Amino acid sequence: MTWEDIWPLLGEGLWETIYMVGISTAITALGGLLIGVLLVLTERGGLLSAWPVNLVLGLIVNVGRSLPFIILLVAVIPFTRAIVGTTIGTEAAIVPLTIGAIPFFARIVETAIREVPRDVVNAAIASGASRRQVVYKVLLREARPGLAAGLTITIIALVGYSAMAGTVGGGGLGDLAIRYGYQRFETEVMVATVVVLVLFVQAVQSLGDLVVRRLSHR
Amino acid sequence: MTLPVVLPSDPQPTRTYFVISLKDLRKVYRSRGGPVTALDGVSLHVPEGEIYGVLGRSGAGKSTLLRSVNLLERPDSGTVTVGGVELTTLPERRLRRERQRIGMIHQHFALLSSRTVAGNVAFPLEVTGLGRAARARRVAELLELVGLEERAGAYPAQLSGGQKQRVGIARALAGDPAVLLSDEATSALDPETTGSILELLADLNKRLGLTILLITHEMDVVKRICHSAAIMRDGRFTESGRIEQVLARPGSELAAELLRLGPAPSLPGRTIVDVTVSGDQAERPLIAELARRFEVDVRILGGTIEQLAATRAGRLRLVLPGDGAQNAPIVTWLREAGIPTESPVSTESPGNARVPAEPPGGEPAPSELPGDGRIPAEPAADAQVSTDRDDTETKA
Repeated sequence: MTWEDIWPLLGEGLWETIYMVGISTAITALGGLLIGVLLVLTERGGLLSAWPVNLVLGLIVNVGRSLPFIILLVAVIPFTRAIVGTTIGTEAAIVPLTIGAIPFFARIVETAIREVPRDVVNAAIASGASRRQVVYKVLLREARPGLAAGLTITIIALVGYSAMAGTVGGGGLGDLAIRYGYQRFETEVMVATVVVLVLFVQAVQSLGDLVVRRLSHR
Repeated sequence: MTLPVVLPSDPQPTRTYFVISLKDLRKVYRSRGGPVTALDGVSLHVPEGEIYGVLGRSGAGKSTLLRSVNLLERPDSGTVTVGGVELTTLPERRLRRERQRIGMIHQHFALLSSRTVAGNVAFPLEVTGLGRAARARRVAELLELVGLEERAGAYPAQLSGGQKQRVGIARALAGDPAVLLSDEATSALDPETTGSILELLADLNKRLGLTILLITHEMDVVKRICHSAAIMRDGRFTESGRIEQVLARPGSELAAELLRLGPAPSLPGRTIVDVTVSGDQAERPLIAELARRFEVDVRILGGTIEQLAATRAGRLRLVLPGDGAQNAPIVTWLREAGIPTESPVSTESPGNARVPAEPPGGEPAPSELPGDGRIPAEPAADAQVSTDRDDTETKA
C-alpha cells in the first residue's frame, strides 16, 4: 500500500471517529449530567432527599460501569437494532458508546458537584434561592471547571471505546488499525493510525485544559 | 443614682418587640454514636436593633441554633418567629420569600467562586427576580456600604479574607433584611481584620438599625460588639441576658468570662473578694469609700477594666484583712450598694478565708453566717464556685 492509498483511509477513519465520538459525547453529556445531578440531589440529606431513587440510580450506574465495554457492545445489539434499525455502521456504534459512557460521566459529574462546598449551597438557600436555582446557579455553575475536566476525560475514553466499536462494524480509526494494520499486516497503516489517534487525544486534552483554565476562578 | 436590678434569670420585657423569637427549640441528630441532642429546649428573644451573641464551644449546638432561625435546619419541635412571621408553619414558597429578609454571613464566607464580587452580591437579587438595571444600582450601593466599590470586578480568589467577608456582608444585606445572622463570621480572620469586620457590623447595627444574632467561640467578639449574650452548652443556654444585667448578676459565668482575673492565690488570715463594677459604678471611688467607712486597708491584688460595647466595666480583686466572717459586713455593704462581690476561684482552697455566698434573690442575709468564717451552703447557681466551695468544706 502506498501513502496515496493510506491518506484517504486515514481521513475517512478520522472523520468516522470524530462523528461517533462527537455524537456520543453530546448524548453522554446530557445523560450523565442528569444522572450525576440526581445522584447528588437524591442522596440522604440532599436537596431532593429520596434514598430509594438514589439506590436504584447508583445500582444502574454501577452495573454500567462494571460491564467490560466489549461485552456491553454485544449485549446491547437487540436494543441498538430497535433504535437505529441496524447493528452495523457508525450510527449503530453510537448506541453502545453512549450507554457505556453515561455511567462513567455520571460518576464524574457526581464527584464534581460534591466539590461545591456545603456552605456555599447553604448561603444560596439562605438567600431565598429555590432548589432549581440552587442546581442551575450554584451547583452546575460552581462545578463547571470540574465538569469540563471530566468531559475531557470522557471524550478520550470514548475515543478508546470507539476503537472497539469499530470491530463490530462501526468504522473509525480503531477499525482501520485492526483491519489494515493488524489483519493485513500493513504496518504503515497501523503506525499512521496510532499517530493520528495520539495527536487527536492530545488535541482534545489541550482544548479541555484550556476550557478548564478559562472557567476556573479559584 | 440608680442601682442595677439583680435578676435571677433572663427577663422578658413585655413591651419590647422581638425581631427574632425562638421558642422551646429541640433537635436531636442521629449519629453513629447514638442520638446527639443539639438543641434541648432553647428559647431566645432578640429585640429590634440589638446585637446578640451566643457563646459556646464547638458541639454546643450554637450552629444548629443559628441555622434554625432561617430554617436551614428544621428543629424537631418549637417555633421560630422572625419579623413577626412564624416561619415554622410556612409553606416552602413563602419561606423562601421570608429568607430573603434574613441575611446570613458565614465563617468561610461561602462566596460563589465562579462569580465576581458584583455577581456574588447580585445573587440574592437575581433570586428575587429584580431587573438587571435595578440590580446593578443596588449592587453598587451595597459595595459602597462595605467599602469595596473598587473590587466589583474581582473574583473571590483574588480577595483577602477581610474583603471576602465584606462581600459576604454586602450579599447578606442585599434583600434589605431586618435581621443578620452571623455564623462565626470572624473566626477565620486575623485579629486586625476581625476588628475591622466587627466595627463594620457595629456600624451597620447603628446606621441601619440592623438586628444581629451571632454565634462565636470568641469572648472578644461579645466584648466588642454585643449588647446581650448567652452561653450555650449541651444544647441549652446556661446563662443569658443583657451585658449590664449579666455584670450585675452575682456568680455570673458570663461576667467572669467578660472580666477575666484568673485563679486567686491562697492568703491565710485574709479574705480575697472580686468586685465587679460597671456603668455608673465604674466612676465610684470604691477603695477610698471602703477605707473610710470600715477603716480597713484594702489592697488591690489584680484587676481588669474593659470598654465593652454595652458599657464600661471592671473587676477588681481586693485583699481585706481578717477572715470571711470578719469581712461579712463589708461584703454585705458592697452587695447592697449593687456591686456584685464574690470569692474568686482559688488555686488552693484550704486555709483561704472565703466570702459568704449570696443568698437567693440578691438579698444578703448576714444572720445566716456561721461565726467561724466557714461558708454556708451554696444557694447561688454558679457551678464552678460551688464545686470549689464544696471542696473547701470537706477539707476544712
